[in-house]
Amino acid sequence: METVTMTLTSQPELFLECYNVTPDQFAGKSLAEIAALPAHEGKIQWKLGDFFKFDGKAGETAADTKIVVNGDVRRMKRFGQKMSAGEIVINNDTDMYIGGWMTGGKITVKGNADSFLGIAMEGGEILIEGDAQNHVGSAYRGDWRGMSGGLIRVKGKAGNDIGTAMTGGTIIIEGDAFIHVLTHAEGGTVIIKGDVEGRVGGQMVKGDAYIFGNILYPLPGFKKIATVEKEVDGATYTFDQFIGDLGERKTKKKGEIIYGNIYLKK
Amino acid sequence: MSELIIKNGYVFDPISGLKGDKADISVKDGKIVDKVSNKAEVIDAAGKTVMAGGVDIHCHVAGPKVNLGREMRPEDKFFRGEYRGGILKQGKRMEMGFSIPSTWKTGYAYARMGYTFTNEAAMPPLLAPHVHEEFRDTPILDQAAMPVFGNNWFCFEYIKNKELENNAAYIAWLLNATKGIGIKVVNPGGTEAWAWGENCTTINDPVPYFDITPAEIVKGLIEANEYLGLPHSVHIHGNNLGNPGNYKDTIDTLKLAEGTKAKNKFGREQVLHNTHLQFHSYKGTSWADFESGAKEVMDYVNSNKNITVDIGQVTLDETTTMTADGPFEYHLNQLNHIKWANVDVELETGSGIVPYIYDKNIKVCGIQWAIGLEIGLYAKDLMRVHITTDHPNAGPFTRYPRVIKWLMSQKAREATLDTMKWKDKVIAASNIASMDRELGLYDIAMMTRAGPAKALGLSSIYSLTKGADANIAIYNLDANKLPSDPELIEAAFQNTAYTLKEGVVVVKDGQIVAEPPKYTLWTKVNMPENAQVMHDIKEKFSRNYTVNLENYAVFDEHVHNARAIELDVA
Amino acid sequence: MPKVIENVGCPYCGCSCDDVRVTVSDDGKDILEVENVCAIGTEIFKHGCSKDRIKLPRMRQPDGSMKDISYEEAIDWTARHLLKAKKPLMYGFGSTNCEGQAAAARVMEIAGGMLDNCATICHGPSFLAIFDNGYPTCTLGEVKNRADVIVYWGSNPAHAHPRHMSRYSIFPRGFFTGKGQKKRTVIVIDPRFTDTANVADYHLQIKQGHDYELFNAFRMVIQGHGNDLPDEVAGVKKEQILEVAEIMKNARFGTVFFGMGLTHSDGRNHNIDIAISLTRDLNKVSKWTIMAMRGHYNITGPGVVWSWTFGFPYCLDLTKQNHAHMNPGETSSVDMAMRDEVDMFINIGTDAGAHFPIPAVKHLKKHPWVTIDPSINMASEISDLHIPVCICGVDVGGIVYRMDNVPIQFRKVIEPPEGVMDDETLLNKIADRMEELKAKGEA
Repeated sequence: METVTMTLTSQPELFLECYNVTPDQFAGKSLAEIAALPAHEGKIQWKLGDFFKFDGKAGETAADTKIVVNGDVRRMKRFGQKMSAGEIVINNDTDMYIGGWMTGGKITVKGNADSFLGIAMEGGEILIEGDAQNHVGSAYRGDWRGMSGGLIRVKGKAGNDIGTAMTGGTIIIEGDAFIHVLTHAEGGTVIIKGDVEGRVGGQMVKGDAYIFGNILYPLPGFKKIATVEKEVDGATYTFDQFIGDLGERKTKKKGEIIYGNIYLKK
Repeated sequence: MSELIIKNGYVFDPISGLKGDKADISVKDGKIVDKVSNKAEVIDAAGKTVMAGGVDIHCHVAGPKVNLGREMRPEDKFFRGEYRGGILKQGKRMEMGFSIPSTWKTGYAYARMGYTFTNEAAMPPLLAPHVHEEFRDTPILDQAAMPVFGNNWFCFEYIKNKELENNAAYIAWLLNATKGIGIKVVNPGGTEAWAWGENCTTINDPVPYFDITPAEIVKGLIEANEYLGLPHSVHIHGNNLGNPGNYKDTIDTLKLAEGTKAKNKFGREQVLHNTHLQFHSYKGTSWADFESGAKEVMDYVNSNKNITVDIGQVTLDETTTMTADGPFEYHLNQLNHIKWANVDVELETGSGIVPYIYDKNIKVCGIQWAIGLEIGLYAKDLMRVHITTDHPNAGPFTRYPRVIKWLMSQKAREATLDTMKWKDKVIAASNIASMDRELGLYDIAMMTRAGPAKALGLSSIYSLTKGADANIAIYNLDANKLPSDPELIEAAFQNTAYTLKEGVVVVKDGQIVAEPPKYTLWTKVNMPENAQVMHDIKEKFSRNYTVNLENYAVFDEHVHNARAIELDVA
Repeated sequence: MPKVIENVGCPYCGCSCDDVRVTVSDDGKDILEVENVCAIGTEIFKHGCSKDRIKLPRMRQPDGSMKDISYEEAIDWTARHLLKAKKPLMYGFGSTNCEGQAAAARVMEIAGGMLDNCATICHGPSFLAIFDNGYPTCTLGEVKNRADVIVYWGSNPAHAHPRHMSRYSIFPRGFFTGKGQKKRTVIVIDPRFTDTANVADYHLQIKQGHDYELFNAFRMVIQGHGNDLPDEVAGVKKEQILEVAEIMKNARFGTVFFGMGLTHSDGRNHNIDIAISLTRDLNKVSKWTIMAMRGHYNITGPGVVWSWTFGFPYCLDLTKQNHAHMNPGETSSVDMAMRDEVDMFINIGTDAGAHFPIPAVKHLKKHPWVTIDPSINMASEISDLHIPVCICGVDVGGIVYRMDNVPIQFRKVIEPPEGVMDDETLLNKIADRMEELKAKGEA
């Protein structure tokens, strides 16, 4: 794998949209061609080279290309948008839409990420070593097809709307989360290792939530049916199993009703 | 004085009888004329096909329901530009949306396909100012809108009491108040029933509390339409749309026109236009044994000259369904569970909106696709069978070129069939695979402009006859050497070589180059004021409406560039 | 002779009443009397003919004072700054007609900026819910003519929409509701015992911020899981939930009117989203509709106009100039202001100075700030430029959209102060000026 290192040389006045910073866009290009890729600050179309200096070399294919981002990129969004393969490492905090609509490859953020992390993600892997804000792995506004595949792991905490309208894939929040987990989901798994304020699984048709801490305000739409042992993220624990949302429509498989599940660690 | 001549094209104009002959079309001051001076600007159409501007007889392009569809579907816009071959800005304004385009995209996209007129299919009278605001912001296209009458309380009362003259006077008043063009009927009685959560699924189901049936409503409106002599006939979306077995209800509805002859001065011959016939031509008792009823319905249509229809072709896209048929949309949402909007409109109508994916890998969608094409291919008189997608219900209007391709090429139909997961089941439930008919350019000219224009009573405006508006489409198609690759046919109809609007070149090589003024067409009935009807109107407004009568009729300043089609009733 | 103008629209709340009678003076400049209107509406008409109306644009001077300038200068200054800014924001439209809102769309498309309306701090969450779950609604006349069960959830029309209950919902006698209030059941769900709760048959005193749970409980009952409910949800007893759910199920025609109690508590859009789900469920057994209690008389307008123009009702990002983008949370005015993401601000027909959080205002204040408004308000007083305009519904007419999306054609009742432009004219002149400057290569 070849590596391109991009280092911030000047800050934008507002926020910069780095939608072209993906292995797909960089692959097969010279450093000069990469530096000439567009990025937007409001209506101004800049070149990436106006803000970053580039070292190293891009691979022939996306899968063969790794991008390392250095510098304070807190005012830069859309890294890794729609990427299909390869790797991005961001050595700092960063802004919104990291890995949005991504289909493959891996993104690591050594700091915090803002909202819309992994929005409508289809595949690949995102690792956030710090915190994330709202809408982790959720759907774009109005779309009933949220995150459908891949893995998002946030080592810190996250805000509201985790896995909204999710249909597949896994989200792991190692810290606490606020409200709305798997709302409207029709599949997928969300694991929260800390506490959640409430509204887990509201309007959920299908999907699995694993909560290691407390749910401060559980929804009335879930009903306890069993105590089970489950292997989650590499270890086995005992959980109380709740099914729901009993207020929401349900699908059937071979005549049996399929419920959404909340597994609450004992 | 501006003059222009289009030279050496193959001209197809069924209204004036041109069947692909090489001819020159002369234009002076925006109108078609016999000849022009030698100073006229010349457009060389050698090796190209020339037709009048396209006329869309049925589409949902402006107004409250269309716009709520736009509002509730941000995902219809997102990334669609680059993902779906979208257009970067060409005209004055940006173009947004796929299945429910913005008004600006609507105007530009129709113009690029060579269309210059659309008939908005359902205008709720109370919300008419909204429709007219959108017309103002839709560039290039002439537009008209049909107010809906099939669930209107005034019409219910007049028809029940057999007060033909009062019904006619009320209709004339409402056309004037809303600046509407003609009478639209959607699920007669059924939408009123939906205000109580019920429906009328046959023409004989009584409408709750109103002591009337859909059959009586439709007959009463046909009678009033011909009494007035409106340019267009009653335009119906009948009961029980979209359900297996409904072809019988469709034939029952069509039979309501039996024995009635068109009476008007506009050259219209039909008394009933059945829109999006595809949705009404279903056999079977459930989605499991669902099959095509196109043959049965078209046998009836072919033998009854007082009926016209449009197809409502399924294009196999992700789209947005929207109709004044409120109960239908609710039931559709119960099937696909995506999202559902509904708007019941006081005393008049209702509507619903549900996004829908016509997936080629779903058997029913494949059969629906086959039914639409069968309707076109079974047709004996293509002046009476028009191309639509019931935009955006069966697919966006931007797919008309694809529909034309399928009708013109068996190879194209087979190629699409081959992509279907349940190809064999689709073939078994329809006749599409056995149909080898391939329509020609003259047929397409009938189905996309001459036929709809005649049915709307507008062929003196929208054709290439002398005195007509010089709205002209020039396609990159050599009528003597049609391409063997059907994709090239689709491409040619997608982007014209030229589109002219009143003699102004608005599209050149598929690019918007000008945005001249456009008209709002409406029907002005000149008749003496009817004191009884005015009294009834005043009473209903003071008791039941929530808007004052004086604020109901669209103010003149809110009607964009009005052009009245006038008629007198003694 | 004073002149009486009837069927006038009221430029106050989302009821957009259109039955106002206004008596104006002989010269058409003064309003003498206003009838059929609530106390707040009356004040707006009176303000229209106030002698203190601003008649010329005012530009901030280096010493901090404001100096009158011509409209031409104001238009040129605004056009140049819009073109110069990387990401200008135009926000407001609580009291602008649709013609003005359409012109604003043109301005911001040419400028390549952000365009947003007051929904962003009000019923924006309702839009988000409509995006995700649809909107089974109706016009207000359906409620008047048919409804036998009315729910006000997190809304207090007695104060915010003074004529709502009498014109449209609880009291009027309609076609199928000849007995008016006597045959209607009114349910108010609110943490407070409001004046609206005072006229209700049932008041569920919900625990603040827990509406989502109560909706969930109602849905449980509708789906046949009433027995699984805990004894109390969101502070409301199980028996009361079951009783009210039964009333909802047995309604002939029911309507839920919801307000800021839902949009401004935790979960925001999700509270409305699940209300829409409940409405949909109820249609299996009855007939139900739902409606947002939109605040201003034409705050529904920009959502309507921009949806047909761009496909999005608010929070528009037009910076790419060939396509629009929208994602509230990113492209919403307050979020952008808090993040210091815009570099010019136009406040039109509202008062961001009063309504935005102070840190947001501080960020905006660092950049050029234009206020377009008939009146002096907090925004105008911290602006670099204040451009006065006509008052829609008073000295200019136009189309407005009532809370149920019904277009109402407003009338002009008095002449505007001499020389004062309406929003549409002003904005189109700014757009024309930008096009001129672009053509000359000055931008």
